[in-house]
Amino acid sequence: MMDQDACQPSPGAPCPSGENNGRREFLGAAVAAVATALTGCGKLSKEEFLQHNFRELSKEEVLTVIERLEKEYKEKYGKDVKVANTPALPGVMFGYALDLSRCIGCRRCVHACVKENNQSRDPEIQWIRVLEMEKEEGVNLQVAEQYYNPAEVPREGHFYMPVQCQQCKKPPCVKVCPVGATWKEKDGIVVVDYNWCIGCRYCMAACPYGARHFNWGEPNLPSKDVNTDTHYLGNRPRAKGVVEKCTFCVQRTRKGLYTACVEVCPTGSRKFGNLLDKESEIRYVLENKRVFKFKEELNTQPNFFYFYGV
Amino acid sequence: MTRLLRLCILPWMAACLLAFAATAVTAEEHKKHAAAAVEAPKDLVQVPKPPFSEGIFPCSQCHDPKSMAPNTTRRVLKDMHTDISLHHGPDTRWCLDCHDAYNRDNLHLANGKLVSFNTSYQLCGQCHGDKLRDWRVGIHGKRTGSWNGAKQYLLCVHCHNPHSPHFKSLKPMPPPARPEAIQLKNGGAK
Repeated sequence: MMDQDACQPSPGAPCPSGENNGRREFLGAAVAAVATALTGCGKLSKEEFLQHNFRELSKEEVLTVIERLEKEYKEKYGKDVKVANTPALPGVMFGYALDLSRCIGCRRCVHACVKENNQSRDPEIQWIRVLEMEKEEGVNLQVAEQYYNPAEVPREGHFYMPVQCQQCKKPPCVKVCPVGATWKEKDGIVVVDYNWCIGCRYCMAACPYGARHFNWGEPNLPSKDVNTDTHYLGNRPRAKGVVEKCTFCVQRTRKGLYTACVEVCPTGSRKFGNLLDKESEIRYVLENKRVFKFKEELNTQPNFFYFYGV
Repeated sequence: MTRLLRLCILPWMAACLLAFAATAVTAEEHKKHAAAAVEAPKDLVQVPKPPFSEGIFPCSQCHDPKSMAPNTTRRVLKDMHTDISLHHGPDTRWCLDCHDAYNRDNLHLANGKLVSFNTSYQLCGQCHGDKLRDWRVGIHGKRTGSWNGAKQYLLCVHCHNPHSPHFKSLKPMPPPARPEAIQLKNGGAK
């Protein structure tokens, strides 16, 4: 309805846009009505309803969309939220390695991620799930416990395995999305266009790592907790009814920063870098340590690796 | 037939020899590079100050060689530093194996070479060579900052108390909510 505002300051006043105005106004109102009817609430603007898939937008359209989003966030949270659309850096394929011999399961990463990525706080959506496993059993999901809460970690005889999006080279979630709302970027990050997602949750069923999460309700994000440094494909505040997931902190990593989970880990178990750079930490891990991929037999080909540092 | 074979094999052997020579050179060069890398960690990387207890450094404030002659006899400390209990091979070492008796503001290596507290990793690396090697390339320990630019790294002693180096246990942050604990609210799933 935004572009109609210019024409509707007072009923009956002449509109400068010409004789098409009547029809356009009617169409705009009709579309808005359809949008309202389809979504069951009046919150969706006409522009949002008519917005195309992010990958089909021209540069100008992207800027318009971002401008609209920033305005909406400002209204909603009373803060200047910056929505970036930084593209993938050339010659970069992100890789991640997690040292299972060092992780102590303190969950600092889980909560730093929530803080960084504007997840709903109540109920809290967490993109990282830390599994407590028994050393005697090894990596065995049959005996994995995610609700462990002892006074201190690590517990005797246990080890900890954080699981998040594995940024697969052959992502089953992308394959099943019926509308193309999720895809793999050139730097290897699997992203979601939250405005194009229809909330069918096929991707959640397809993901063997439980890495995707659904906003069953209106996300509860207090404005004091909003991280204003966001990316369109990353941590910008989401709406009810869309799927979200780890994006390797795309808003940080495309600026050259480490992810929030790497920064916070007290044991230094988390390693991140460019798989195409021979000098990178991640390449050193892959070439010198004992490395495995989680559920390798499914041929999802993760860019997320687990290793034993000792 | 054998002659034919020999004829075929000869150039192959020559090629192998050449290839071997080439690899030997590159291996040597590689070693040089590796040595250079060991001597000078990347300029990009900066170290924060070692985590001293407040007011304790410089040690020479109290350990002034003029006013207090060093007692180099191995003993249990009773007057000062009683808060330090050594859980780092206590049977085989004591204070002055790492701290220097005559240059109190420094540490020393096994060969007597003095090292500053800012480069104490050299001291740790005497025994924990594999950890030092991994630490230099950013695998052991934590790096923060930029994955493609300036990074900060920590010294061994930022995470491991040198007198009691085992990594301390932590209280875990809250676990995720169980599905049954999630309440329906306005705007929630219906």
